[in-house]
Amino acid sequence: MLAFAVKRLGLAVLVALTVSLITFSMIYVSGDPAIAIAGEGARAQDIEAIRQFYGFDRPILVQFFDWLAGAMRGDFGRSYTLRQPVADVIFERLPVTMILGASAIAFALLLAIPLGVWAAVRPNSMIDRLALTIAVVGQAMPTFWFALTLVLWLGVNWRLLPITGSASWQNFVMPAVALGYYVTPAVMRLTRAGVLEVLSADYIRTARAKGLRPGTVLFKHALRNAIIPVVSLAAVQFGFMLGGSIVIETIFQINGLGYLAWESIQRKDLPTMQAIVLVLSVIYVLLTLAADLLNAFLDPRLRVT
Amino acid sequence: MSARVLTVEELNVALPVPAGRLHAVQGVSFHVDRGETLCVVGESGCGKSLTALAIMDLLPANAERRAARLELEGENLLRLGERAMSDIRGNRMAMIFQEPMTSLNPAYSIGDQLQEALRRHKAVSRSEARTRAVELLERVGITAAARRLKQYPHQLSGGLRQRVMIAMALMCQPALILADEPTTALDVTIQAQILHLIARLQREFNMGLVLITHDLGVVARIATRVAVMYAGEVVETGSASQLFSGPRHPYTRGLIACIPVPGRTRRGAPLGTIPGLVPSLVGHIEGCHFTRRCPHATDACRTGAVPLDTVVDGHHVRCLRHRELATGAAPPPPVAVA
Amino acid sequence: MAETSLPRADLPTLPEILAPSPAALLRRRIFRHWGLLVGGSILTAILAMALLAPLLAPFDPFDQQLDRKLIPPIWHSSIKATWAHPLGTDQLGRDYLSRLLYGAQISLLIGVSAMLISGVIGTTLGVLAGYFGGRVDMLVGFIVTTRLSMPVVLVALAVVALVGSSLTVVIWVLGLLIWDRFAVVMRSATQQVRAREFITAAEALGASTSRILFTEVAPNVVNHLIVVATLEMAHAILLEAALSFLGLGVQPPTPSWGLMISEAKGLMFFDPWLIAIPGIALFLLVLAINMLGDALRDVTAPENRN
Repeated sequence: MLAFAVKRLGLAVLVALTVSLITFSMIYVSGDPAIAIAGEGARAQDIEAIRQFYGFDRPILVQFFDWLAGAMRGDFGRSYTLRQPVADVIFERLPVTMILGASAIAFALLLAIPLGVWAAVRPNSMIDRLALTIAVVGQAMPTFWFALTLVLWLGVNWRLLPITGSASWQNFVMPAVALGYYVTPAVMRLTRAGVLEVLSADYIRTARAKGLRPGTVLFKHALRNAIIPVVSLAAVQFGFMLGGSIVIETIFQINGLGYLAWESIQRKDLPTMQAIVLVLSVIYVLLTLAADLLNAFLDPRLRVT
Repeated sequence: MSARVLTVEELNVALPVPAGRLHAVQGVSFHVDRGETLCVVGESGCGKSLTALAIMDLLPANAERRAARLELEGENLLRLGERAMSDIRGNRMAMIFQEPMTSLNPAYSIGDQLQEALRRHKAVSRSEARTRAVELLERVGITAAARRLKQYPHQLSGGLRQRVMIAMALMCQPALILADEPTTALDVTIQAQILHLIARLQREFNMGLVLITHDLGVVARIATRVAVMYAGEVVETGSASQLFSGPRHPYTRGLIACIPVPGRTRRGAPLGTIPGLVPSLVGHIEGCHFTRRCPHATDACRTGAVPLDTVVDGHHVRCLRHRELATGAAPPPPVAVA
Repeated sequence: MAETSLPRADLPTLPEILAPSPAALLRRRIFRHWGLLVGGSILTAILAMALLAPLLAPFDPFDQQLDRKLIPPIWHSSIKATWAHPLGTDQLGRDYLSRLLYGAQISLLIGVSAMLISGVIGTTLGVLAGYFGGRVDMLVGFIVTTRLSMPVVLVALAVVALVGSSLTVVIWVLGLLIWDRFAVVMRSATQQVRAREFITAAEALGASTSRILFTEVAPNVVNHLIVVATLEMAHAILLEAALSFLGLGVQPPTPSWGLMISEAKGLMFFDPWLIAIPGIALFLLVLAINMLGDALRDVTAPENRN
């Protein structure tokens, strides 16, 4: 088990390094970053001054390792626009996004898993068709449009929930729903498929033959095995949500990482952009690692690798 | 002492299929007493597994089960709802399946699965259940039983898993065990061991045992009585000695003749077969199911129902011509020549 | 051993045993038909809208008529509503129906192009990984994991912000980012085909790898490819809409549906149709593509159904 975890951790580090390299080289996609910062119509000596100030005149690899060394220390440099160390801003805003992501995935799972289980236990029934309809509709609606519609109805017309800010838990309800429902169809389908498949397994027949009650058969025996792929999917989706929260955060004006990313992109605040991408990637990698470990816990057969 | 454990009378199982209704089990009747082993023999698809599942009421949801009588120790099972049936399953009547590799839940230890079988039906503490699990594992021949409790199914070999399945079936000391081809999926060397084990346990616990198999060798070893099934029907039933010394049904005779006998079967001679295919059981079937493959079939055989006829007490045959065929006027058993 | 006269059995034929009843056949056809029919017809309608936009649109989508701002659609009770502008006008007096029709072009163009680019990248990676296995597989797996751990929307936004937003940039950025599902699915599909005997037979015959890939592997994985292609096309369309909504996709005054929603969001409390109409259009387009994809999968590889 330990060897397994260590090996996966090593892979995670490698991925994070590669992502950071790619992120770093993003600056150079646009051509000379010094020009981008200086803006149009800047004088040559101003551009040169900027270049020297930010160290763009050094070889690329040197810049990369310098940045990386700093990143590992937790120092992402200073924001071009916010007059703060990037690290401070990021870790100030990160918890908000994590809360949003966590509530969104919680909403998605609380809706999708029971629905998927129910649909699997009663295939081709009304509930199955309902679940399928929810899945189909959920996958087709653009997130931002759904969010706007929620704002219009729940926020304005019926005045049930606040529409901006991140002051209290009510502020997170609509954003969580808008962000989470997009994941619901995939989780629901996977749960349904998994439970259907598991229910026809031999060991379920054995469980019934032992006289176990239907609830025990379903929840103790079937679900435990069926949930395994769902765990991986949920972890991956959580990771995507953290990255995709940008749309929701801008609509609801929630001061999270996504909103910060939005601002820094608009202002071409490169260090912040790079740092955010790196932080999100590391979190994603850690999430998949956690999912793998959880899987190994759930399925004893996986513990050998 | 022979208390009747299981009575099955006129059991029918039908499955809806795209082409109509498949009558998988038709008019099957047999009984089992304590201490007795009834072997249900037949080729794949003859309905023997479905018969066992029907007795346990574990048929697929869309299957239809009908029977004149279905009694466990005199109690009518036909009237019992799912709740009452689940109280009986694993408790007074247990089943062992064919595939030990997939019949245990990979997510839980075998100790957990053994103990839950007991604690579902009897009010015992965890440690009592644990003790009993260890005891039964030892009785099925598993060494270091206490350590094994914590192991997971994937850590055990097929033979060991089947022993665990047997132990699991015995946790509540049932009166009846239904074993559906318990050795088919195992190595030949292990097969004999498991059979031996099952026979011994049956004696020790004085249970009724219904053993389903397609292997006449198994039948010869372990059966008290035999029921031969073909295409959903019981075609012959009797004690093991009655069947092997004087089989009456052409199908039974064909089966027995197919077994190569050391000393009698010539080296290099082709092995016996019964040519033809099992008939489709969809929809209504006229006459005897074996007519297409029977060398002695007459027109009378093809029309009208063929009831079970008595040869002697305890030996029954479903064949219109069994008397004349037995009196030696019949040609030798059907063995195809290549 | 005596010969026996055995009845040559009237063997039941396989079709007899397996034939589904006419009712079941019909049911199956209808069910498949339904998803295919509905999805296909919606998609065809939108395609027609896009292709025939120049003919169908009553106005030029860029034509601002400031004296005709914010006319509500025809089903509104307001007196301003007129059949001249059945879907109303936006805040710059542009006819909404015309913008909707031309918007279809943008969505479909981006959807198809991004899907093609990502399809080529992902399929190549996936098939190579699935066919060769070993180190190639590990490398591709690493690349896919790296791609997956990058937040797509952020990276797309960042690139567009740095390089500049135009239709071409958006298409390429999307195409270079959403190939992961192609890679994963095609890899597993190729692995399954690889293990089958006819591949070994072809190798034994001395066929070159590229020949095997094109003549043996390709036909057997094409059905998976089509299903993923439809999913990713829908994905690309939604992503472009999101990017345009955030202002870093297609630029005004181009009538992208996402952009239309973005431009109207300040007004949505008073003139909600401005966001409802393009939103519903997006929804229907993506819905149709998804239904089509599902139907295709049901027809070609029903074992993958969930």
